[in-house]
Amino acid sequence: MSGAFRIPRAGRLSQAKTARFSFDGQSYTGIEGDTLASALLANGVHLVGRSFKYHRPRGFLSAGAEEPNALVQIVRDDARKTPNVRATVQELYDGLAANSQNRWPSLSFDVGAVNDLASPLFSAGFYYKTFMWPKAAWKSLYEPKIREAAGLGVSPDKPDPDHYSSRYAHCDVLVLGGGAAGLAAALAAAETGVRVILADEQAEFGGSLRFETGAKIDGQDGFVWAQAAIAKLTAMDNVRVLSRTTAFGYYAQNFVGLVERVSDHLKAPGHELPRERLWQVRAKRVVLASGAIERHMVFANNDRPGIMLAGAARTFLNHYGVAVGRNVGVYTANDSAYAAAIDLKKAGVNIAAIVDLRDNPTGPVIDEARALGIEINFGRAVIRAGGKLRVSSMTVQPKNGGGERTISVDAILMSAGWTPSVHLFSQSRGKVAFNDETKRFVPGTYAQDCVSVGACNGTDGLSATVDEAYAAGAMAAKDSGAKTAKGTKPKVDASESWSRGMLGAAPGAGPDTTVKAFVDFQNDVTAKDIRQAVHEGMRSIEHVKRFTTNGMATDQGKTSNMHGLAIAAETLGKPIPEVGLTTFRAPYTPVTFGAIVSHARGPLFDPTRKTAIHPWAEAQGAVFEDVGQWKRAWYFPRAGEDMHAAVDRECVAVRKTAGLFDASTLGKIEVVGPDAAKFMELLYTNPWEKLEPGRCRYGIMLREDGFIYDDGVVGRLAPDRFHVTTTTGGAPRVMNHMEDYLQTEFPHLNVWLTSITEQWAVIAVQGPKSRDIIAPLVEGIDMSDEALPHMSVREGKICGVPTRLFRMSFTGERGFEVNVPADYGQAVWEALWAEGQKHGATAYGTETMHVLRAEKGYIIVGQDTDGTVTPNDAGLDWAVGKKKTDFVGIRGMARPDLVAKGRKQLVGLKTKDPKVVLEEGAQIVEDPKQAIPMKMIGHVTSSYWSQNCGRSIALALVAGGRDRMGDTLYVPMPNGVIEVEVTGMVFFDETGGRLNG
Amino acid sequence: MLLIRCPYCEEERPELEFRNAGEAHIARSANMAGESDDDFEKFFFIRSNPKGIIYERWRHMHGCARFFNAVRDTVTDKFVMTYKAGEPKPAKLPGVAK
Amino acid sequence: MAKAAAKKTAAAASPSVDRRPALAGRTTTATGVKVEVLPPAERISLRAPEASVAALSKALGLTLPKKPKTSASKGGRTALWLGPDEWLVIDEGGNDPLADCATVAALHSAVGISHRNIAISVTGPAAEAAINSGCPQDLSLDAFPAGAASRTILGKAEIVLLRTSNDAFRVECWRSFSDYVFTFLSEGARDAAG
Repeated sequence: MSGAFRIPRAGRLSQAKTARFSFDGQSYTGIEGDTLASALLANGVHLVGRSFKYHRPRGFLSAGAEEPNALVQIVRDDARKTPNVRATVQELYDGLAANSQNRWPSLSFDVGAVNDLASPLFSAGFYYKTFMWPKAAWKSLYEPKIREAAGLGVSPDKPDPDHYSSRYAHCDVLVLGGGAAGLAAALAAAETGVRVILADEQAEFGGSLRFETGAKIDGQDGFVWAQAAIAKLTAMDNVRVLSRTTAFGYYAQNFVGLVERVSDHLKAPGHELPRERLWQVRAKRVVLASGAIERHMVFANNDRPGIMLAGAARTFLNHYGVAVGRNVGVYTANDSAYAAAIDLKKAGVNIAAIVDLRDNPTGPVIDEARALGIEINFGRAVIRAGGKLRVSSMTVQPKNGGGERTISVDAILMSAGWTPSVHLFSQSRGKVAFNDETKRFVPGTYAQDCVSVGACNGTDGLSATVDEAYAAGAMAAKDSGAKTAKGTKPKVDASESWSRGMLGAAPGAGPDTTVKAFVDFQNDVTAKDIRQAVHEGMRSIEHVKRFTTNGMATDQGKTSNMHGLAIAAETLGKPIPEVGLTTFRAPYTPVTFGAIVSHARGPLFDPTRKTAIHPWAEAQGAVFEDVGQWKRAWYFPRAGEDMHAAVDRECVAVRKTAGLFDASTLGKIEVVGPDAAKFMELLYTNPWEKLEPGRCRYGIMLREDGFIYDDGVVGRLAPDRFHVTTTTGGAPRVMNHMEDYLQTEFPHLNVWLTSITEQWAVIAVQGPKSRDIIAPLVEGIDMSDEALPHMSVREGKICGVPTRLFRMSFTGERGFEVNVPADYGQAVWEALWAEGQKHGATAYGTETMHVLRAEKGYIIVGQDTDGTVTPNDAGLDWAVGKKKTDFVGIRGMARPDLVAKGRKQLVGLKTKDPKVVLEEGAQIVEDPKQAIPMKMIGHVTSSYWSQNCGRSIALALVAGGRDRMGDTLYVPMPNGVIEVEVTGMVFFDETGGRLNG
Repeated sequence: MLLIRCPYCEEERPELEFRNAGEAHIARSANMAGESDDDFEKFFFIRSNPKGIIYERWRHMHGCARFFNAVRDTVTDKFVMTYKAGEPKPAKLPGVAK
Repeated sequence: MAKAAAKKTAAAASPSVDRRPALAGRTTTATGVKVEVLPPAERISLRAPEASVAALSKALGLTLPKKPKTSASKGGRTALWLGPDEWLVIDEGGNDPLADCATVAALHSAVGISHRNIAISVTGPAAEAAINSGCPQDLSLDAFPAGAASRTILGKAEIVLLRTSNDAFRVECWRSFSDYVFTFLSEGARDAAG
């Protein structure tokens, strides 16, 4: 037996398929198809959680996504402990384990419940008022304590082992909501042949047909019709049907985010299945069929376990076959609760009484209830509920006062009416309009190509809903390009019809200040809190919301917003539309980070770019550093070497014999066309027209403001062809910068740019033996100094493959950069390495590259410059073509501040103690004895131990630096002041003779 | 994610393929070196930042790679129209009252 | 135009070193979709004004497409429209499009990028869904029919996408992004199969 409260022959689940599960360690049996909520209720369990602020015992309010109370932790294993799962949404599987939250030591005895007794302390605006003083206590005392006490559930402390997927999808008509309205709209659209996506958050389609036993469509029970409709839609090629899928966000231009819960309902989901799938749907038309959500009655102790929405009780009975009690009271201001009472009565449950706030309502459901012998009390209110861990009674009083009567019950069903779900419509930036007659906000002005149908549009009655939805579906299809429809509209044979209901507090909601009549269950906001907010000066509903936190919990006030608004309006003495409605924002229901992140984790978090030579470096035990998305070999430690030892050895070896360095990540752009030189003249400070083919030049690129943007060596391969190199990190933005000027400022130039960064692997061979290493492998290039001088480029072959061979140096040694097609990169490297071994060459990484270039005073853009450094500041005036009349940055460079005296200039620094290595970024002062804050005149940009110089070396930006040669400056550090001498930027081989050494 | 019509690809494409490139119709002087400080300031630093219609440059970075111009409403975030780089400001904007 | 570079980058007669293409031989198979790395091909990035298109088409032996999001294919050679003056020419027949363009006097830029790009094929009835795991374009046959080609996005990488038949795509990306793109497509394929 799957629970004592399971009613034989009621519901749609097969009693044969049982599923074992546990709640707070206690084992129970449910049925496949149950939610955790229906399974617990079948076992008579109502108490499932403690409230957020007051730790009050709570049960199930609803049977769906709007649930504010029944939040549990689902535990699959150590790493899968999902908090704040709505038990009304979680489907049961065999072996499911759930725990209650926000209670200690146990659900029935919770120490935190003293907050309930101390509740006068925790009234609206409590945090704002209480923790203002003393100021210092906020950080040390209040905040840590509040953080400890706040929050629901426990986050898993291990990485999420599940995977999540995502899909972009496009369709003509997207239908959100799979009740009668959504199904009718989807059928109408699908029959025209257009692409349709239909999504519903439930496991089964049907919406309110799941509990509305009075509905008949096309001669069938409503729910049976819904299943037939969904089967038909699923079979159509042009339709994608998504169950367990919530539309959580409606964004610009009909872009809608859906989350499909793929495997949370499965006992043992295979690893091939994602836990959830994010759908990003672009639809030509959207049909909103999101239904309506029932409101509770606001009266004292309306949160006791066992008190729930009437429609929820009906769902539990008619779909899951579960009675929510044996002796049930009903409190309503609306007809729909009668239907629940009738269904329960027919199932054998005693209805203690129906208490109806309305004076003399009439209608067939009321007649039917009366005919079934149910006691009905008009014009009366339930002023309070009795019981603590479970409701035990309801106290009834005429609504205008009078004698009280207490009726024993074990459950109370309540309904104050239904609120159209305009959340998605509101997210689409549509403006809602208040219907004063029905007291509902319904879609008013549309902002996007969408249409609302059925209950979310304020349409009453199944027949009107299906008519409206079918027409809207057909129209949406037509608007998105459908030719003709050939389907037939579903025929509604029978339906239920309900009257309106009420908004705001019922008579049992105060003014007694000790009464807790809840408006927002999840954030523990009472009717009194809202009144108090108004009394304390809040006028706009936006302020009332923030002051009370009404509607600000994860349920986003699905059941509470309208009540809160009505109470505020009443207290203010203003009509509801003048108080306004708060804006609904995405997500409609909480979305996991997993779904949002989707594929972008682990190796797919961000592309990891590796060069063609990477596998060799890896095999050699290189240590890598991240440079943007690239992995670059940092240094190549040999046995027993730390980073210092490795770098010292590499630095010495390059200058003594030779070194091989993987420079493949450097950006490379091929500039081709008859106007190539003209274009280069405009983009770089240097002159290019006269550069001979076969020669290279170090180029500087500025932004229009005159500051250095990038640099690199450029080779002219032919009169109309340049091979431009950029910094590694600058490659994409330099390409964008060049394209921008070419396309929009200089479109008259006949020249084109192609990124060849990844076409060529680049092997730098540097050092006195570099030519000896390369020469034996090269064909067709004269390697003599006369034929191939420093700063030249030749095309030929190396190891039988094409090469662009640059003679250039970023070390100050004789040097070459061998470009070969990338797929040959590693093999050519290996051939060069083999040659290099004959001469004692080393492989070196980026750290050694940095040290060697600093020894020569070669700058690195982005390290020694920071976007505010001009060529003059960097000592690179020589690279600016003095006769040029235009280039990007020519005017910016001449701005008064950029030519003023005293600008920071790049200089060298030598510490007085050669063993001391400065810290990069350290500030420099003239007088270390001055008062703090000291006047800082510059900072260290590069600093290394140079084994070749036998001392530390540094580059720095110093105000008026070039006029301070030989001066002593100071670098104050936590452990004392470091004395430094200002020097030139070249620390090694000042005459440059080694370039041909 | 917006859909943006690329005037070169002649269709609407997802925003992920595009990159904004600042305000449009700010001409670079043919005699840049001769610009006064004031003119350079206007050219380089001063942007209109209107509430309402703005003329912008966009690049179909991960599509046809072309820069183009767009008219957008900063209040509604909607694109009014797009047109090719080098074309003049449109005289009439569809659906915008002037 | 462009002769100096072209004649020297023509296919090498006898390399003494081996070619090691990225990801060579990698495949992922899932129900309804297969992802596999394709062998090396000759490729050029071709840029040219309208006036040169006829001459270049003649030299390349196929008509360069002028309509956005289209391609033209002939004899193992495919030209993809990437922009109003930009084509990606892929030759899988062992011929060298760079050499063919070198004979054209009309204004153009042809740059060899055979090694810059890696090609991955995604085939099978679920291929479209696999690519849509990270590509935001509408890939339905109406919007992206066989022969359609476009530069676009897959996750955080740029790709060039060519639909070679109703259920087959060629995905091109830069060499260093190929591991990311292949892994992404493999995950997409597994999900599309599910």
